[in-house]
Amino acid sequence: MSIYSSLADAFPSVEFEKVLDPPQDVAHVPAADYPEFVAAAKTAGFDVFADLCGVDYLRRDPRFEVVLNLLSYSESARLRIRVGVPAADPKLASITDLFPGANFYEREAFDLFGVVFEGHPDLTRIVLPDDWEGHPLRKDYAVGSVPVRFKESPKAQ
Amino acid sequence: MSDTPNVVTGDLEAPTTEAPQELSESTSEVAENRREVHDMWVAGSEEPGWMRSYTDEGAQEMLDAGDEPVQEIYRGTVVTDDFIEDEPADDDELQILNMGPQHPSTHGVLRLHLELDGETIRRVKPIIGYLHTGMEKTAETLTYMQGSTNVTRMDYLSPMHMELAFSLAVESLLGVEIPERGQAIRILLTELNRVSSHLVWAATQGTDLGAVSMLIYGLRDREYILQFFEKTTGLRMNHNFIRPGGVAADLPDGWEEDIEQIIGKVEQGVSEYEELFNGNPIFRDRTIGVGVITPEECKALGVSGPIARGSGINWDLRKAFPYSGIEKYDFEVPTGKHGDVWDRYIVRIEEIKQSLGIVRQVLETMPAGDYRTEDRKVTPPPRKRIDESMEALIHHFKLFTSGFKAPAGETYRAVESPRGELGMYIVSDGRERPWRMHARTPSFNHVQALPTMMTDSLVADIVATIASCDPVLGDVDR
Repeated sequence: MSIYSSLADAFPSVEFEKVLDPPQDVAHVPAADYPEFVAAAKTAGFDVFADLCGVDYLRRDPRFEVVLNLLSYSESARLRIRVGVPAADPKLASITDLFPGANFYEREAFDLFGVVFEGHPDLTRIVLPDDWEGHPLRKDYAVGSVPVRFKESPKAQ
Repeated sequence: MSDTPNVVTGDLEAPTTEAPQELSESTSEVAENRREVHDMWVAGSEEPGWMRSYTDEGAQEMLDAGDEPVQEIYRGTVVTDDFIEDEPADDDELQILNMGPQHPSTHGVLRLHLELDGETIRRVKPIIGYLHTGMEKTAETLTYMQGSTNVTRMDYLSPMHMELAFSLAVESLLGVEIPERGQAIRILLTELNRVSSHLVWAATQGTDLGAVSMLIYGLRDREYILQFFEKTTGLRMNHNFIRPGGVAADLPDGWEEDIEQIIGKVEQGVSEYEELFNGNPIFRDRTIGVGVITPEECKALGVSGPIARGSGINWDLRKAFPYSGIEKYDFEVPTGKHGDVWDRYIVRIEEIKQSLGIVRQVLETMPAGDYRTEDRKVTPPPRKRIDESMEALIHHFKLFTSGFKAPAGETYRAVESPRGELGMYIVSDGRERPWRMHARTPSFNHVQALPTMMTDSLVADIVATIASCDPVLGDVDR
């Protein structure tokens, strides 16, 4: 499809991968090219913000990944953008200036994964309390449990 | 939002309220006499007009038309938009108001931080997270077989759509084909669920605008659908009926008559609502030109579903990326053009009718056959086979103890829920539990878009705008 190939020509550093179900392209974008690539995708026709989330791959390098989904209404096409974020310095440029809809999603990814989006207007915790410690969706954050103390069973007489 | 235009150009329909008639001499005389009588006998005072000097309560006189622009905006006679263009007040005149989280009109535990300049909202900040239960983390501890019990609790008004999105994502990882009857049952249940969800919206939209009887009508008609769900799935909500591999069971005997009855009753109910709302001057006044969002704002904010269609975006995932064989059925995508609360009302009412049309087509063309895939690695064998076959017993045991494994990979599948694009992003590492499951829920975007719709409008329009967004807070916080 032309809508993908124009993007592929402009960014040789970006790897494209075809997905069949549903048919769409996945772009593996280096973190340095991320905001430029998103801006180019927006001008190429992917002008609808659909989704942004974080993933923690734990033993992989880079450890974190931010996955952005864009839509094109005119072409009925989807584009998934995957960006690796290293664990040592989990920082990524914010795209809130391009898509204001990314605001809450970036706050959520920051809240649950600890990925810092540079240039975000209000990067605070969104679903957890402000004084919460840790980032729960990281794989090294245990699910945890509350110890339950059962009553002692009556002793046999 | 700075990119919010102050005036939306376009041919907004003028509301039907007319300027009040001038009080004639005789009516004002009658009113004067009545007040005197009231003063003497009811209030116990012979001093004329004692009450009027303190308050105008009880006088019930309409203000003259065309006094001030703000009054006209109130009446909606010259309104093209709900935005009020006044000089912004000084910072020390602004007032901070917290609405929610325990407010009946916020449809759950949504909290709005409002900055008011008199009656005008200058800034809004939605604050969420009061219902956060970490369902995405929980999903990582549940197998794919157990997963749909978890996701169905996110959007409690459209559980079928949550289950369908999850099942489609898992099936896309597995590469499983669903038999035609299973797909038709899925479409039947999700479209009925769309109707029931829109009926709750109609009930709450009416109640929030003062038509409390609408709550009773809406919930009354929804009850027919919930009873059918209870008969089919065993539960009124959180069904866990649509599962990876198909649906849990076949439809109950006599489902055709039930569906016929539901269609008849809901169609009659919807025509009642239209009678109630369409010509109602209060409803028109409080919805036309209120809570406007433009198509460009919808795209940038990721607003989808009836809100985007109310702004004139002709986009429906059922048409663009068909799922479960929905492309076989004939239906239309209603759109509005103004992007206000009224257009969302029109779009949702029309969607109820279109969904009932799909349900009728499913009823007429329901294929025979199996309701779930025959792949024994995914669906458990029938009860009888377990007594006869060792294979079946092993399959059954393995499925219910460890579950099935999905090949490593990642997938994003989206369905058109009553609120908009509902997506499931699942990353699998080749084991029986998802490595990561993310739910892209439409209400999350809609709550985020509330400042765009509300800024520079009136306090009284808050509830109308929230109700028209139809947010489900379980969906927002997850």
